[in-house]
Amino acid sequence: MALRQPPLAAVHEESDASLTEFGGWEMPVEFESIRREHEAVRETVGRFDVSHMGQIAVSGPDAGRLTNRLVTNDVSDLEPGDVNYAAITDEDGIILDDTIVYRPPTDWSVGADYLVVPNAGHDVEMTDHWVEHRDEWDLDAAVENRTERHGMFALQGPVAEDLLADETDADLGQLARFETFVAPVAGVETLVSRTGYTGEPGFELVVPWEEAEPVWSALDCQACGLGARDTLRLEMGFLLSGEDFDAEENPRNPYEAGIEFAVDLDSEFVGRDALEGVDVEGVDEKLHGIELVDRGVPRAGYQVTTTDGDPLGRITSGTMSPTLGYGIGLAYLPVDRVHPGDAIHVEVRGEPKKARTTTTPFLDR
Amino acid sequence: MSFNVPQDLHFLDSHEWVQVDDGTARIGISDFAQDELGDVVFVDLPSEGDELAAEEDFGVVESIKAVSDIYAPVSGTVTAVNDDLVDAPELINEAPYGDGWLIEVDLADESELDDLLSAESYEAQIA
Repeated sequence: MALRQPPLAAVHEESDASLTEFGGWEMPVEFESIRREHEAVRETVGRFDVSHMGQIAVSGPDAGRLTNRLVTNDVSDLEPGDVNYAAITDEDGIILDDTIVYRPPTDWSVGADYLVVPNAGHDVEMTDHWVEHRDEWDLDAAVENRTERHGMFALQGPVAEDLLADETDADLGQLARFETFVAPVAGVETLVSRTGYTGEPGFELVVPWEEAEPVWSALDCQACGLGARDTLRLEMGFLLSGEDFDAEENPRNPYEAGIEFAVDLDSEFVGRDALEGVDVEGVDEKLHGIELVDRGVPRAGYQVTTTDGDPLGRITSGTMSPTLGYGIGLAYLPVDRVHPGDAIHVEVRGEPKKARTTTTPFLDR
Repeated sequence: MSFNVPQDLHFLDSHEWVQVDDGTARIGISDFAQDELGDVVFVDLPSEGDELAAEEDFGVVESIKAVSDIYAPVSGTVTAVNDDLVDAPELINEAPYGDGWLIEVDLADESELDDLLSAESYEAQIA
């Protein structure tokens, strides 16, 4: 099957970026050096093409009711200009995906009452999910998969605001965290939100597919690929759909995954009753942070054991932290056997490496 | 993009190089290999006195994004290990043919060099 390409495919080709398959898309994994890209975001600013993220517009009289019944957080009280994070769960409370829900401002000419942003490769499945439930519940809402109508960029880092301010006459100071407004960026109408996936201050920008290139070019700073996006999010302990949870391969509920803050049991949504039970009874396993004490790099699939070698779980994602200089990872471990700060081992190519469990984020931000 | 391929080295098609000087073979990975891997963050190397067999894996180089086995271009006993790589694995990126060398072995059979790629052939392989 042919891979999907972002609107900037030709620009990336020109830039000599190395590309990778991710969620059915061909995306840049590295432009120059993952370490250099990572450091740019932590120290100054970097730009990411995240056009592989899904974009589902939901509009009409019941758009809010429909969306609110499909995500774990209460989005019914979002005002135009608000943004929220939530999980999308099935009847059993298993995470199908996690998402950002936008309530775009009414002056966005593209128009959408809600914009749901699932992860790469989940846009078709989630569009179907919304459509099926709309029909089942007989609600009045239009659901449109706009993934290939919008480009999406992230501009992240301590000086992201200075850089963006040079390209827009909008007052960025008016935009709080998890808020969005419409602003011209490099002359292109852009949905600007103060959100991100790196732990640094910054923005995510939704632009028309055909006008993605001038916006990207105007935001002239270190281009960053999915490699740096992964090391940056992992230092913050942010989840990656398909790795840290996966409805098929690694079914988990939000309490196990440590995102219970995004579950509002006062809201009626698919999976709510199952999660109320989890909330009362607790979980057997929970996602823990792991720091290697020995040298080495924990990677997805590696076995985590007690210091006596008894299996506890497996790494779901891991890397060498460019900022901290040691290996970090995430793993679901039994809560009755492991507490933050415990000494454990991670088996790296058959060799037990000393490690300890920790709370996340790994990096103070 | 063009890569540095020193003309006095022999290569394995899996991107290791060997430089022979008076019976001692110094081994590393090529400029092309370090670029493919990206930022090297960890190396796992044998110890002095270990025996290597040609074309068998003898260690691991890890970058942020990948784990790569490294293969012995020649057989022999390990006589030196580049300990600088423990604290500074990035030397492999910075100077793959210089300070980023991996190990030295006492070359057991000089005729094994005939099975390796010349610089010219290796250059053609990565072109």
